[in-house]
Amino acid sequence: MIKFFLMVNKQGQTRLSKYYEHVEINKRTLLETEVIKSCLSRSNEQCSFIEYKDFKLIYRQYAALFIVVGVNDTENEMAIYEFIHNFVEVLDDYFSRVSGPSHTQASPYRAASPTCFQAGNQSSRCLC
Amino acid sequence: MRNGSLLPRMVASSSSLKLQDLIQEIREAKTEAQEREVIQKECAHIRASFRDGDPLHRHRQLAKLLYVHLLGYPAHFGQMECLKLIASPRFTDKRVGYLGAMLLLDERQDAHLLITNSIKNDLSQGIQAVQGLALCTLSATGSAEMCRDLATEVEKLLLQPSAYVRKKAVLTAVHMIRKVPELSDIFLPPCAQLLHEHHHGILMGTITLITELCERSPVALKHFRKMVPQLVHILQTLVTTGYCTEHSISGVSDPFLQVQILRLLRILGRNHEESSETMNDLLAQVATNTDTSRNAGNAVLFETVLTIMDIRSAAGLRVLAVNILGRFLLNSDRNIRYVALTSLLRLAQSDHSAVQRHRPTVVECLREPDSSLSRRALELSLALVNSFNVRAMTQELQGFLESCPPDLQADCASGILLAAERFAPTKRWHIDTTLRVLMTAGTHVRDDTVANLTQLIGGAQELHAYSVCRLYSALTEDISQQPLVQVAAWCIGEYGDLLLEGSCEEIEPLQVEEEEVLALLERVLQSHMSLPATRGYALTALVKLSTRLRGDNNRIRQVVSIYGSCLDMELQQRAVEYNTLFRKYDHMRAAILEKIPLVERGGSQVDEEAKESKETAQLSEAAPVPTEPQASKLLDLLHLLDGPSGDAQHPPPLDPTPGGALIHVNLPFAPPPPAPIPNLKVFEREGLQLNLSFVRPPGTPTLLLITVTATNTSGGDVTHFICQAAVPKSFQLQLQAPSGDTVPAQGGLPMTQLLRILNPKKAPLRLKLRLTYNHFGQSVQEIFEVNNLPVETWQ
Repeated sequence: MIKFFLMVNKQGQTRLSKYYEHVEINKRTLLETEVIKSCLSRSNEQCSFIEYKDFKLIYRQYAALFIVVGVNDTENEMAIYEFIHNFVEVLDDYFSRVSGPSHTQASPYRAASPTCFQAGNQSSRCLC
Repeated sequence: MRNGSLLPRMVASSSSLKLQDLIQEIREAKTEAQEREVIQKECAHIRASFRDGDPLHRHRQLAKLLYVHLLGYPAHFGQMECLKLIASPRFTDKRVGYLGAMLLLDERQDAHLLITNSIKNDLSQGIQAVQGLALCTLSATGSAEMCRDLATEVEKLLLQPSAYVRKKAVLTAVHMIRKVPELSDIFLPPCAQLLHEHHHGILMGTITLITELCERSPVALKHFRKMVPQLVHILQTLVTTGYCTEHSISGVSDPFLQVQILRLLRILGRNHEESSETMNDLLAQVATNTDTSRNAGNAVLFETVLTIMDIRSAAGLRVLAVNILGRFLLNSDRNIRYVALTSLLRLAQSDHSAVQRHRPTVVECLREPDSSLSRRALELSLALVNSFNVRAMTQELQGFLESCPPDLQADCASGILLAAERFAPTKRWHIDTTLRVLMTAGTHVRDDTVANLTQLIGGAQELHAYSVCRLYSALTEDISQQPLVQVAAWCIGEYGDLLLEGSCEEIEPLQVEEEEVLALLERVLQSHMSLPATRGYALTALVKLSTRLRGDNNRIRQVVSIYGSCLDMELQQRAVEYNTLFRKYDHMRAAILEKIPLVERGGSQVDEEAKESKETAQLSEAAPVPTEPQASKLLDLLHLLDGPSGDAQHPPPLDPTPGGALIHVNLPFAPPPPAPIPNLKVFEREGLQLNLSFVRPPGTPTLLLITVTATNTSGGDVTHFICQAAVPKSFQLQLQAPSGDTVPAQGGLPMTQLLRILNPKKAPLRLKLRLTYNHFGQSVQEIFEVNNLPVETWQ
């Protein structure tokens, strides 16, 4: 089951976060910092799956943006990896010209409706 | 949109500021402080607008508030507005209201339950979009109570004509089952129908729903096992149909649905022969037909392998699964290699021989630069070591040990040592391997490695010369690896004479002078890298050498006396003791410093110091000795009893043979815990009952405590109750004061009295009781002997 879904930029700022199990606000920041640190420290030579505490982290990099999904160990890592790409493709289709935010540009991610991620499992591919 | 920036900011018409204008303003803020200012101003306007209760623009205000909330600013004052908006009949209001509810009103908020009614109304309204909104909110933030209330509504929507609503209803059902598993009765029946769906979204949702049901309820599991053929058919259609643009990802037809179905099949087929058999063909088909050039196909293949591993699959299928994993290992994509290694590790237990075939590839993976991959490869390699391949594998693993990152070194080292222990073909190989590990990664090995190695060497007499020569050469090169130094010091101390002979046939002859050996040990003693424990080893080795070497001992004595004033307590003590050995007890020195005899593994610890191991050897010899004098004492006791039997009224019927008595009588220095002695009912008359309970206190074997308890279940009180007891002459009896002399009627408070009986001669107990009391207006006197006294009372 997917536990959380993060979009993080290279500077370590969280752009989007959705938790499917309740986590305290201060614990969230801690979690995000640690997750970002482990993802940023990986080189291109290494695989996209990291073991972090009792989660597995599956991440994918798109230019300056990292998309990180935290799952428990019942999930198929490669299917989640495919799912991340599917998600990005959908965003691209829906909003066109998906890119990271800069100071002058309106960020399409900011306006994204969270109703896209309503169910914490793979069937959320059927977006509203 | 651009006009917003032209309006003067001071004009108080920001209640009509659109969301996009606000976003623009925020984006134009140059600094964080400026942004905060803009937002705070806007929030003040929003708050005022909420207070005024303007229904027309409420949704716009809330939308702005939600945007601000996304940025991380507090927005709790919008909660009640969400409720108002949800209750409004306009769709634009409802849309923002439900969105706000999902973001701001989670379970922990008090206002959360208030939306239940609104949701209920909206669910039964019949307008798809509104129903969709309500279902969305319910599935995102529905609490357990809400789920229970609205379950039947959702179930009705599952069979609605509109696919849009059906899909959302299925997702809501999944959420409800997760929150309240008891609702499975409601959602079980519609599933069969939903499986006939063509819409992939609904089908996916149904499969997930069925998976959740099966995981939470064994009844559901049994029910859905009947549907395995249907699921097989669905998956088959997916796999065999040609290219379909709508659902295809990288040429694979809806891989996500395929993966989901495979997972469900796994759950259904686990531990169930019949279902597993139905799936066999399908799994083989999926495994062979899936296109594996892209990640999507590999994901499906991986899920297939996981399913094959988990169900009761045919042997051929399992071999196929292992081969697929082996193929994954050769793939250039690191992700795939990672999942392959993880799965092979799980299989290594159950399908060991199949996994063995891929051993070379696994060993290749040890050389990966990625640490998570090499860690997996290490674990798998260690699992694959057996007696046939131990030499080759250890070679590879030692190569890995030399180059691996420090965090893996400890695991690798202990893994190699464990494997060596289990499968070592010869002792010499074992010693060599351990030595090599110590030299490469000495600081990371486990603490007991030193002990194990010294014992190993000590036990292999034919290898003493070889070991000491090798250890000596290793030590001359490097004295920083502590475990190695410790073992080497011990060895040199023990077998120094063999070292000096230099006549080891297995390696090149080593010419070593006595002075060199002493100099080396002194270097170890003085080095700042040596731990105190290592210094201890070195000191003792020096002292042992005093008997092994032929030269005079002045140098050794000098060094030892220097350490008599060392600051380290342990060293100082040793040095002083050894000094005394030299000075006062020189005649005993040779005997004390003899070679250590072989000690059994796991018995008394293998101690490095000659003295301590001598002491333990003495202890283990001494242990059987104390039991003998005890046994002889027992015999004396028996003679006492057997002898003047005229004293006791009844001669003790003890078995005169010592062997038998030893079995029966407890050894005084090791008292066993006393087993509870059963109570005894000794007297009953007209409702008055007398019970005896016995206690043998463990510290005093001759003492017996009896508690006499008198209970009265009759209609009349028992008064003036007196209990007296008599025992044979060899016993001593003490009657303590009774708790009272009245035993009330109808099961009232019982009367108790304690008897203390000393039985120094361990004679069989005989007890006579005399009771006098008044009951039902009559005075009663009873005298009787207690029969059936348990043997434990006197033995």
